[in-house]
Amino acid sequence: MRDVKVLGPGCKRCVATAEMVQTEADRLGIAVAVEKVTDLAAIARYGIAATPGIVIDGKVVHAGGLPKPEDVARWLAA
Amino acid sequence: MTLAGPAPLPSAPLPPGRRPVAGRIAGLAVLAVGWVAVYASLRPAADALVRLTPLDPDGALGQAIAFFLYDTPKVLMLLTLVVFAMGVVRSFFSPERTRALLSGRREGIGNVLAAGLGVLTPFCSCSAVPLFIGFVSAGVPLGVTFSFLIAAPMINEVALGLLFALLGWQVALAYLGFGLAIAIVAGWTIGRLHLEGWLEGWVRELRTAPADLPASSLGLADRIDAGTEAVRDIVGRVWPWVIAGIAVGAGIHGWVPADQLAPIMGRDAWWSVPAAVAIGIPMYSNAAGIVPVVEALLGKGAALGTTLAFMMSVIALSAPELVILRKVLTLRLIAVFVAVVGLGILAVGFLFNALFG
Repeated sequence: MRDVKVLGPGCKRCVATAEMVQTEADRLGIAVAVEKVTDLAAIARYGIAATPGIVIDGKVVHAGGLPKPEDVARWLAA
Repeated sequence: MTLAGPAPLPSAPLPPGRRPVAGRIAGLAVLAVGWVAVYASLRPAADALVRLTPLDPDGALGQAIAFFLYDTPKVLMLLTLVVFAMGVVRSFFSPERTRALLSGRREGIGNVLAAGLGVLTPFCSCSAVPLFIGFVSAGVPLGVTFSFLIAAPMINEVALGLLFALLGWQVALAYLGFGLAIAIVAGWTIGRLHLEGWLEGWVRELRTAPADLPASSLGLADRIDAGTEAVRDIVGRVWPWVIAGIAVGAGIHGWVPADQLAPIMGRDAWWSVPAAVAIGIPMYSNAAGIVPVVEALLGKGAALGTTLAFMMSVIALSAPELVILRKVLTLRLIAVFVAVVGLGILAVGFLFNALFG
């Protein structure tokens, strides 16, 4: 089970990013627990300056803008 | 769960920097040729279409329709071009990198750098608060952060593209220059006032180390994709506004008599600049809907400074953005922010009216 956190205050892109992570994980058959982090102080503590951000197993892999599905697949499979 | 061994991925994703580029360049070349051919034939096509109707080409309705038929494709095509170019340029920048460039920077030079980066860094308005916190907590001075935060929404590619399309490069360049000047001076002023104490307490306390993101080495193919993505996202979102704006503009073009607006929006009506800013600040629209209207107003005797001041205050300061910023700024600091930016826009309005009389 991979622990994925999507960081963002709840804007459209953040929701889309969380959905993309789930879709890609399902497609690759990787079990994930996706959690949305919306608290601004909590987001800031991850040290990112742009949302949406993606944290996989405690490591920030993406910050700012909608990621590409193939990149999400790469991060999940890594 | 981790995949063991070489994972049999359905489509092995190539990392950035290794995606094929030749097909994209060929596609762009074909598009560019088609673009030029279509663009060159817009005017004759619009005139021919109007002549097909029983309308008098010189009458109000005929003029309005010809204006609409010509302007809509022209504006959308030029907008696409500018948005694509900005998308490619912006792929060289990221908020993370910008923050690293700005952190610990002195005021003055820091404000100039921040305003410039504000134009070039891709940035979505819902990121305003995380970005603000991310900058301040990483040691970017408050005034420098504000320079970024003012420049980013005020000088946007849609406004720049439309001004270029409708009013020419001189006006677009003046808008860029004055927008940067406002961001620099306003940010510097806020910095000199030393208002760090007016941040919300929890923001002041927060100290974070920047995230250690894996360095992404983008190749040309990725940058072309970034431009295409920007066009799909931005032009896909704003085109109805552009068409609505041009329709209103066409109406003004056809029916409002020339110089009708000179007494109320002309350069001799000095009070029209503060009135335009006061009306513009609480208003929220995007640049796409407003620039075509601005162009039509100008044609009827409105002064350039007055209309640009109106446009800038609509785009740069908006009620929804201020509500979001309230989470990190105290009301007093928001008031200072609005006042400083509003005064800057006012100054630009008067200056424009004096220069382009």
